[in-house]
Amino acid sequence: MLKLLLIGIKDLKLMFRDRAALTFMLLAPFLLTIGMGFVTGRFSGGSSGLSDIPVIIVNLDNDQLGNALVDVFSSEELADLMEPTASSDPEAARGLIDSDQASAAVIIPAGFTRSVIPAEGTTFDANYVQPDPVQIEVYTNPSRPTSSGIVKAIVDEFVSRVEEGRTSGMTSIVQLMSTGLLNPQNAESEANDLFQNVDETESTTITLKKITEGAEAVEFDLLAYFAPGMALMFLMYTVSYGGRSILAERSEGTLPRLMISPTHNAQVLGGKVLGIFFMGVAQVGILILASTMFFQVQWGDTLGIVVLILAAVFGATGWGMLITAFARTPAQVGSTGSAVMLIFGILGGSFIELEQFPPFIQTISKITPNAWGLDGFTTLALGGTLSNLMEPITALLIMGALLFGVAVVLFNRNGIVQK
Amino acid sequence: MPNILEVHNLSKNYGDFTAVKGISFNIKEGEIFSLLGPNGAGKTTTISMLSTLYTPTSGDATIGGHSITKDPMAVKQVIGVVPQDLALYEDLTARENLIFWGQMYGLSGKTLNNRVDEVLDQIGLTDKAKNRVKTYSGGMKRRVNIGVGLLHKPRLLFMDEPTVGIDPQSRRAILDTVKDLNKQGMTLLYTTHYMEEAQELSDRVGIIDHGELIALGTQAELTKQVGQTDTLILHVGENDDPETLAQSLKGLKGVQHAEVSDHSVAIVTSSAEEILAAVVSKANERGIKIRTMEIREPNLEAVFLHLTGRALRD
Repeated sequence: MLKLLLIGIKDLKLMFRDRAALTFMLLAPFLLTIGMGFVTGRFSGGSSGLSDIPVIIVNLDNDQLGNALVDVFSSEELADLMEPTASSDPEAARGLIDSDQASAAVIIPAGFTRSVIPAEGTTFDANYVQPDPVQIEVYTNPSRPTSSGIVKAIVDEFVSRVEEGRTSGMTSIVQLMSTGLLNPQNAESEANDLFQNVDETESTTITLKKITEGAEAVEFDLLAYFAPGMALMFLMYTVSYGGRSILAERSEGTLPRLMISPTHNAQVLGGKVLGIFFMGVAQVGILILASTMFFQVQWGDTLGIVVLILAAVFGATGWGMLITAFARTPAQVGSTGSAVMLIFGILGGSFIELEQFPPFIQTISKITPNAWGLDGFTTLALGGTLSNLMEPITALLIMGALLFGVAVVLFNRNGIVQK
Repeated sequence: MPNILEVHNLSKNYGDFTAVKGISFNIKEGEIFSLLGPNGAGKTTTISMLSTLYTPTSGDATIGGHSITKDPMAVKQVIGVVPQDLALYEDLTARENLIFWGQMYGLSGKTLNNRVDEVLDQIGLTDKAKNRVKTYSGGMKRRVNIGVGLLHKPRLLFMDEPTVGIDPQSRRAILDTVKDLNKQGMTLLYTTHYMEEAQELSDRVGIIDHGELIALGTQAELTKQVGQTDTLILHVGENDDPETLAQSLKGLKGVQHAEVSDHSVAIVTSSAEEILAAVVSKANERGIKIRTMEIREPNLEAVFLHLTGRALRD
């Protein structure tokens, strides 16, 4: 294990002494991020990249929860970010979105509140079955993926809080009744009290609290998209650079020398992989720190960022190893790596947001660590936490493990050095 | 002295090509053993098998009592290797290289630092230890390359053509280092295609050609195989054809071999003095201008020529 670490640290040290590589790994993505910032007007419009997002609210519910959601969009906390317009016609609202006059339409169906808070007179007994809540529809504008994503994030947060309160409230009532701690005569009033809390305390307050706490995060910064986009794209360069170092060490004689030292082959290969991983983490970490320091990019939940970086680099390292396993010379790794970097950069949404691609491209993009990583970074920038990252993190870990497994099989078959 | 290395019928094939053909030899503890042979003779392949990097196609060897095929990890602890090509991290300093490679051999802490200081002193690079290797001359890099192989004080050191491509001064320093190491008790397996190096350093020599060990013994034993012969080397003009001269000399009385190499003809004879006049006469007859000539008494070059019919540098 120690030798594994020592080999990895040695590779990291060598990376920091390679000026050409550093230029490509750190300076290029940083400059491209600045470029994207200028192109998108990020540096000419204050600290926020988005404001006054036009959103159509169709409140067909006209009851407690529907009104609460309207209040959220009209709240002072979101006054700068959102520009809500009320409508009573869902089709007209959808039409406005289709004609690109707004970012999203939030359609609150009739009966939404009643599907969550039972009507007066409902009998709560052990046989009570909760109805499924009626779904709120968010009709998004694909040409405005970021702003419509923010609208969707606000609605999702609202709905998840409502659902959380509804489920825990009902469970409590039923349990209290089944254990005899609550008699059926009092159940109705207790239930209504609890659901009142869902409406007034849980949903509205917590949603607003999130918005207040994460106000800057919800005011989505475009650089929080483009900076990780560039970092992830150039991460593919870094992992291929690391993979290239395996073949370079083979041709320069240091790999055979390692293998005739009292070090197991698995330690040598593992150390090289760890070196690639270290390089990737260092690169993305430095770019994120630099973006924070120079552009005040708000990345969101720190723990989520750290775990996401580790997972994204792991996934990308798998690709680096696979490219290396197929290549015969360092130059082949370099050229293949550069091509993969560009293809994955485009496919993964580093230049153009994925939502603007046709669905089949979006599906193909799932093979790239860029797409999953960007998905995670966007979620975090919109106020999500580590708990919201399970899907991208799991995907990245599975991707890394699978690719690494294939690479090891290929290395074993071909031999790391001629035997 | 006991044998530290015993090689038994070691072979290495690459498809139809046989790089090493069933060679066998032993090295005694404390001796310098040279494998002498031209480029492509199988020296590096032999070293690569003995250092456990390559798996032998057949045969085996024991080093310090450990089989290279059955217990390679134990073998790795006994040996040090100085590869023919520089195997260093050029963006690290000499000290950083030595520390890293020392760690790979299990050294750490104060032991490692002390040992690195000793080796830097031994290779004469203490003053330049903090410079990156890429700023060094070829000779200095060679010395670091050797230093790495010495870090863990191996009982048996393999040195694979350590003087290739360096200036005479650095070459001299390396040969002196080899002798010093041997005086300190280290056993060395030294491969070279320079006959002079093998002659100067070795207690015993194995001559290898086309993957076969064609002769083995002390220098005296080997030259004895040639008999009392001299080698007369004629250097001819650039516009002259040495092949014509060689052909004309082959029938001459007292000439055993006449081989051409570049613009020279090497003649193996029982007495150079006796054939000298006849050789000059033959050259004049064919209008070939002899620029210089030298007479060499029996040496390893002559042995190689005698055994293979070719000069060592071919």
